[in-house]
Amino acid sequence: MNLPADLKYSKTHEWVRAEADGTLSVGITDHAQEMLGDIVFVEPPEVGRKLAAGAECAVVESVKAAADIYAPVSGEVVAVNAALADAPQSINQDAYGAWIFRLKPGNAEEIGSLLDAAAYARVVEAAEK
Amino acid sequence: MLRQTPLNAAHRGLGARLVDFGGWEMPLHYGSQIEEHHRVRRGAGVFDVSHMLALDIAGRGARAFLRYALANDVERLKFPGRALYACLLNEAGGILDDLIVYFTGEGRYRAVVNAGTADKDLAWLESLRSRRSDAAAIEPRRDLCLLAVQGPDARARVWQALPELRAASEGLAPFHAAECGEVFVARTGYTGEDGFELALPAARAEAVWHALLRAGVSPCGLGARDTLRLEAGMNLYGQDMDETVTPAESNLAWTVDLSGAREFAGRQALEKERPQRRLVGLVLAERGVLRAHQRVATAYGDGLTTSGSFAPTLGRSIALARVPAQASAGDTVQVEIRERLLRARVVRPPFVRNGRILVEPVEESK
Repeated sequence: MNLPADLKYSKTHEWVRAEADGTLSVGITDHAQEMLGDIVFVEPPEVGRKLAAGAECAVVESVKAAADIYAPVSGEVVAVNAALADAPQSINQDAYGAWIFRLKPGNAEEIGSLLDAAAYARVVEAAEK
Repeated sequence: MLRQTPLNAAHRGLGARLVDFGGWEMPLHYGSQIEEHHRVRRGAGVFDVSHMLALDIAGRGARAFLRYALANDVERLKFPGRALYACLLNEAGGILDDLIVYFTGEGRYRAVVNAGTADKDLAWLESLRSRRSDAAAIEPRRDLCLLAVQGPDARARVWQALPELRAASEGLAPFHAAECGEVFVARTGYTGEDGFELALPAARAEAVWHALLRAGVSPCGLGARDTLRLEAGMNLYGQDMDETVTPAESNLAWTVDLSGAREFAGRQALEKERPQRRLVGLVLAERGVLRAHQRVATAYGDGLTTSGSFAPTLGRSIALARVPAQASAGDTVQVEIRERLLRARVVRPPFVRNGRILVEPVEESK
């Protein structure tokens, strides 16, 4: 499983990267894109929207299904990846490069409750059994 | 325990993503569903469709029996080798299944029915046959492997892989079939492209499959089969139609032969029918993806999408939808997706045929 060690993960298959400016980038894991198949549409959250941790905030659609994306932690949406509007398949090609939105976290302590790569790997393995 | 086709090991060997499809373990794709879709539109692809069931119907009364059992008239099949698309109806005119029936020789027919309905179809056909006491035997052919080789290059690739089929199949017109030894070759399909459907003994399945791949035919899964058939405007049984709707409500009135006095199951109901709904195509004018079961708001009332997907050939989303009968091609309707209303245009299917886009582009907004 391709799981960069410097990222945090959620049980609902999002990854989170802490950026130098204090924001958090959010995308979906390589495992999630593989399960979805060819991605054809991404509906990002609105910039400025305040999200509670676990809130449904975006949708990633593949040819076969639509998947909800949940806010891994609470915070305010400060940016969305506009490039995904014309190239949604970049999530298939590079799941950890193709971020979907950036959050200004509301509570820095929530980040500690996210999974590390090893813990997320166990979530995926348990689901496959 | 899922049922497996004779090619299960071959699919695994190619790294297919296998899924439960109506109780059968079938390949969804071998990597990229969209890539497989384009291969069929531009070259040639092969689908394992052995989950579908071939039924051989034979006997002195076979023709009379099929003329009663099917809503289309096998009397149209004047010469052996011709094929006909038909619906199997219940007495209320509801669609039990759709099938292709081939006239294979004097007193002999072969019908290919859907996987999910096969057992029910067989029971229904047997009950009709015994009620009418037609001299016809119905033999399910689970011993056959069914392959669909589809695309503009499909026939040439089949002849390259299986040269012994060339002489018997070179002269086949669309919707015709021939028997070549133990291989049945039909120029039919479910993609909107040229190609062959083959029925052959299960023991030969792997050898034929690998010969096709060596000839440059791409393995394609049921995912691509679904987007190809949707672009081709072809209904999927259980999704776009079922026992609760009639052919007229399913864009299939053309498959019902009401000429003459032929009696057939469902005829009385269809003659009284005044269809209130029709099945149309939709092209989404905005960004998003249409899916089955979304509400369609028209000027004449609400309808519902029955199939929807991103259409790889069009690069946008399309759907089939059952809407009030007054709605017509060119209308703008609104489809509810996640509590938002998105604009779509009503079109007449097919959307794509023989690699060509047949619907006008819609202007994009937002």
